[in-house]
Amino acid sequence: MSTNIGSVSSPPKSFDQSRSTSGNSQSDGVTIQASGLHKSFGATVAIDDLNIECRSGQVTALLGPNGAGKSTFVRMVATLVRPDAGTLSVCGVDAVTHPAEVRRLIGLAGQSAAVEPALTGHENLVMVAKLFGHRKAAAVAAAQSVLGEVGLSDDGGRLVREYSGGMRRRLDLAASLVGAPRVLLLDEPTTGLDPRTRLELWDSVRSLVASGTDVLLTTQYLEEADRLADRVVIIDHGRVIATGSPSELKSQAGRDVVVLTLSRTDELALAEPVLRHIGTDAPRFDPIARALTVAVENGPEALSRVLAELAVSNVGIDDITLRRPTLDEVFLTLTGTPR
Amino acid sequence: MNSMPPLNAPATAEMRSPEMRQRAVSAPASPPTALTTAATYAGRTLRQYIRTPQLIIVNSVTSVMFLLIFRFVFGGAINTNGIPYANFLIPSLAAASGLFAGGIVGVAEDAESGFFDRLRSLPVPRPAIMVGRSMADTILITWGTVVTIAVGFAVGFRPKGNAAELALAFLLCVGFAAAWSWLQIFLGLVAKTAQAAQGLSFSVFPLIFVSSAYVPVRSMPGWMQPIARHQPVTSMVDAVRALVIGGDTRAMFGASQATLVLKAVAWTIGIAMVFAGLTVRNFNRR
Repeated sequence: MSTNIGSVSSPPKSFDQSRSTSGNSQSDGVTIQASGLHKSFGATVAIDDLNIECRSGQVTALLGPNGAGKSTFVRMVATLVRPDAGTLSVCGVDAVTHPAEVRRLIGLAGQSAAVEPALTGHENLVMVAKLFGHRKAAAVAAAQSVLGEVGLSDDGGRLVREYSGGMRRRLDLAASLVGAPRVLLLDEPTTGLDPRTRLELWDSVRSLVASGTDVLLTTQYLEEADRLADRVVIIDHGRVIATGSPSELKSQAGRDVVVLTLSRTDELALAEPVLRHIGTDAPRFDPIARALTVAVENGPEALSRVLAELAVSNVGIDDITLRRPTLDEVFLTLTGTPR
Repeated sequence: MNSMPPLNAPATAEMRSPEMRQRAVSAPASPPTALTTAATYAGRTLRQYIRTPQLIIVNSVTSVMFLLIFRFVFGGAINTNGIPYANFLIPSLAAASGLFAGGIVGVAEDAESGFFDRLRSLPVPRPAIMVGRSMADTILITWGTVVTIAVGFAVGFRPKGNAAELALAFLLCVGFAAAWSWLQIFLGLVAKTAQAAQGLSFSVFPLIFVSSAYVPVRSMPGWMQPIARHQPVTSMVDAVRALVIGGDTRAMFGASQATLVLKAVAWTIGIAMVFAGLTVRNFNRR
């Protein structure tokens, strides 16, 4: 979460290149096309004139806070919820009028790991593979292969009730893959996971994407969208408020933030002018944490300037961090209003 | 000769160079049939039950305890017109077991956990999922019925009917189990959470107790008797009881065995159709 921000964008980049060369076998078409979608549940408007287009060969991330309408949209694409108005198609098939055909194109991994604890990992996958339409032998083969893809080959024979939370999520991911769907829908795949498990799941998703599965994922975490997605759609109150590549959105919506923790509160007067001078707006001070926070252009460079100038004025530092803006800060910039 | 260890296990190699790999799994040629779908979900539900010993133990202990309490605590105080109470009780427990056991909590758990969302996102005929559930629940309820009858023999149950009558009685019990399983599944879908389902499972109690199952209807207050006499549990219990007692039952039930059986079968078909319909409609809704 600290000074290695610069490296964050590089894995997705190398990944893009591998996709653009290996992904040629797929058509360059649109996978999910939504226009003018509306959905209300009673008096609550969940989706309000939503327009989204996901292209083949890309990972699209829907980013937004709780209640933004992300899950409702995914559930519409998965044919679990019918839109009140608007059009929605998956690989050219109308999801409202031909839901049965759409179900052959998608794989869904929901917010909770929908796997059966009393079955083994392998049995779970064979069951779902059969329900995708595989015959017995093909179902067993598909289960075996997909277990390998998510790194669970050695645990396939164990009962899922003995799995950790992260293993369950990976098995859930595997279950959505045994039918070789064209589009994978991942609804908050890492919510509730610890940081290490989250990294493992990200790896699994990345290797899937590299092998040519198109992914639509929802997340509340800017970092997750940044790491996994080629394109990010930020939604709030059921509407799209910004769209672009992670780097476009970052430059548009969020500057990096330097957080400086002082050793002694009485040196604030020395440190504050330094941050004011380097930052793009006025620094904020949190007296309890003794933390000074300021937004900066070009984070790594700004960070080294801050350190150099603080060293000159001999200010004691407990900690200094360069971090990405939080989702709240991005929202503040994009909408001008706090959530 | 020195054997070389493999440099990489295949899975590891795959994980390390994802970009070199194409998807190994191919899409199935056609969606699953209704039969495959129902059998697959039924198989999972049965295995879930068998591999959850707590579930088996709690269910068996509860139903056996219930049987013993009625047999030995209440039984002596209930006047059953000369029929030994064990012979009165066991047919009704067998006939109504589908109201005590069943899928209500299991169905609500599958709804709550997102398991049904996964199933409904798959290219399956959706009604077949519910049919599979009913099949599994019917098997489990029938198993409970067998246990009840076995314990019944140990506490004095002595059927008088001939083999054909007893076989028909057992078949009827299986049919009732199938019909009530649809009510339980529907209630489970409506409850949506396991906790609510647990509470809702008591809603069938009036149906069980305001019937001829545990006490003769004529011992109830006058206003209650017509209700008790004309509800499905009474019809089912009477049919099974008449077959178990055997012979001419007109004096005792005011109707022949055939009439009683036909009436029970009519209720069974009606209940199954209504609740299967409601269940499928609820499960299909989006």
